[in-house]
Amino acid sequence: MKKTIHQVNERIRDGNARVVTAEEMPGLVAELGEKDALAEVDVVTTGTFGAMCSSGSFFNFGHADPPIRMERVWLNDVEAYAGLAAVDAYIGATQQSTTREDQYGGAHVIEDFITGKSVELRAISRGTDCYPRRTITTELLLENLNQAIMCNPRNGYQRYNAACNSTDRVFYTYMGMLLPSCGNVTYSGSGLLNPISNDPHFRCIGSGVPCFLGGAAGMVIGEGTQASPGGGFGTLMVTGDMKQMDSEYLRAATMKGYGVTLYVGLGIPIPVLDIETVRSCAVKDEDIWVDVIDYGIPVRNRPSMMKVNYAMLKSGRFEMNGEEVRTSSLSSLRRARRIASELKGWIESGKMTLCLPTRPIDYTKKASPMRETVQGPRVLEIMDRRIITISEDEPIRDAARKLLKGETNHLPVINSEGVLVGIVTTYDISKAVVNPGKGTLVRDIMRRKVVTTTADEAVDIAVQKLEKHNISALPVVDRDFRVAGMLTAMDLGKLFGGRWLK
Amino acid sequence: MKLLVTFSRKEGKKPIIAQVVRDTGVLVSVERALIDSSEGEALIDIPDDTCRIVRDKLADLGAAVRFLEEEIALDESECVDCGACISICPQEVFSFDEESKLHMDAEKCVLCGRCIEICPHRALSRKSEA
Ligand code: SF4
Ligand code: SF4
Repeated sequence: MKKTIHQVNERIRDGNARVVTAEEMPGLVAELGEKDALAEVDVVTTGTFGAMCSSGSFFNFGHADPPIRMERVWLNDVEAYAGLAAVDAYIGATQQSTTREDQYGGAHVIEDFITGKSVELRAISRGTDCYPRRTITTELLLENLNQAIMCNPRNGYQRYNAACNSTDRVFYTYMGMLLPSCGNVTYSGSGLLNPISNDPHFRCIGSGVPCFLGGAAGMVIGEGTQASPGGGFGTLMVTGDMKQMDSEYLRAATMKGYGVTLYVGLGIPIPVLDIETVRSCAVKDEDIWVDVIDYGIPVRNRPSMMKVNYAMLKSGRFEMNGEEVRTSSLSSLRRARRIASELKGWIESGKMTLCLPTRPIDYTKKASPMRETVQGPRVLEIMDRRIITISEDEPIRDAARKLLKGETNHLPVINSEGVLVGIVTTYDISKAVVNPGKGTLVRDIMRRKVVTTTADEAVDIAVQKLEKHNISALPVVDRDFRVAGMLTAMDLGKLFGGRWLK
Repeated sequence: MKLLVTFSRKEGKKPIIAQVVRDTGVLVSVERALIDSSEGEALIDIPDDTCRIVRDKLADLGAAVRFLEEEIALDESECVDCGACISICPQEVFSFDEESKLHMDAEKCVLCGRCIEICPHRALSRKSEA
């Protein structure tokens, strides 16, 4: 048996459509069997509510008198992109205020407009014959704009890798606060309620399909940026009228240490026309697997600690490396559910009818990493290759001598096998001279916790280490932890004119 | 009940809390303490019915005392039930109920401030500042 989209719409119009949420569907299919579920269910509604940084809105402000062609535009001190015609601008959710930094940004401007607050527009122009005006400042309400069209290039990630941190310090990331020594795991996404997870082959989701966006009836434009559905990480580009939106489903947020983002509510109704759709909509949290990625390691292909599914993540805790670890979601399951049931209400009441994609999305496509024509500099290129070390058994006085002779402030300490075991600085030695009680050998005064780098590490990462630990030098070590050189703040300064240091 | 005790150490290091325990016989549990060379701050938990004697004793010893009544405050209109606060709280104050709504067990809070700092929606604050 097959149904057509027209039959489904007919039933929606008649008020007879059977609509269920993606959370109810697996149970229903288990109970009725696939064939009867197909006969029974007309539409499955999905929902997700989480941080979606790649979001923003187009505005048209209308013409002023005398008219201005806005070249740069700020809304409550948040710059919007104005490289468009005259009085159009696009505000990106993550753009931060020039005055309030990460406490206010594009996402907040969007939320303020939606909640009916007045927003200050400032714009400048060089003035032309047709647009003579050079500056403008005015207060605007959402109703004063001709258009406020949300257009989000990348929303609704099919799933998202979970995050943890194996290092010994706290990390603040776009995945939230990651405690040291894998003290917690954070994740995002609504699992079985996610739109694409219910239609991974994009048989029903594609260009022109209606959706719920921020409380408004919106539309899927098509494939989202960076979409990688071939690897299970599909994304969507979506649009909707901000004037119909509701701040229950659109919230500005600040991720500490990362910046401003927008929590977006998105839901897509899926027409159930054949057995394949019944099957894909019966997806369970247990079926959706992601990696737990170690954010402590600063490379693109961060290593995976283990695989987990959304059932494990949602349960609040699971076992990793023999230890129980607690999880935090960053998206809201409660609101995702509310979106799916709101959407269900819209369809049951005939407020929204469905259609099939006017253009399909290629579900085999995979995103590729950036083609980098210029390799960022590596530590190897700028490190100090002189290897001046001291053995832990030598007297402090010898260390002082070496520091003086080597004209450095940092001396890596090695053991009898030549392995790095500590570091002493001129400061440590001065301290030892003032307080001689601690001992006479290097081992008595050295710092045992050494932050190191490697020759092939990116300079940017090494700089991050220097800044985070508030230190000025890193021993460069090889695979066996033997010293291969030193990287100091001076090496960076000399070679790059300070460009690498903030 | 929780008490926030602040004391100066200028007149020398007095084991204030130990003294209170000895003199009042109340078992004080110290939940958080920050002490440097010139002053100290400690968050203590004591049985409700001993509040007065402990407070009076601390005051005698020159410490300033403030009662804390579940000082971590949740602004429900800002909270979206994301759960970012759940795994980072050292005291397991937060959890989800069956509806995936955020549940708070504020009694357990030791006011470390971590959740206030990281809540993406600024929904958490100290009650005194809310
Ligand atoms: S982190 Fe903030 S918004 Fe999220 S659940 Fe906790 S209090 Fe609510
Ligand atoms: S202040 Fe600290 S202990 Fe209290 S709820 Fe927040 S994270 Fe938990």
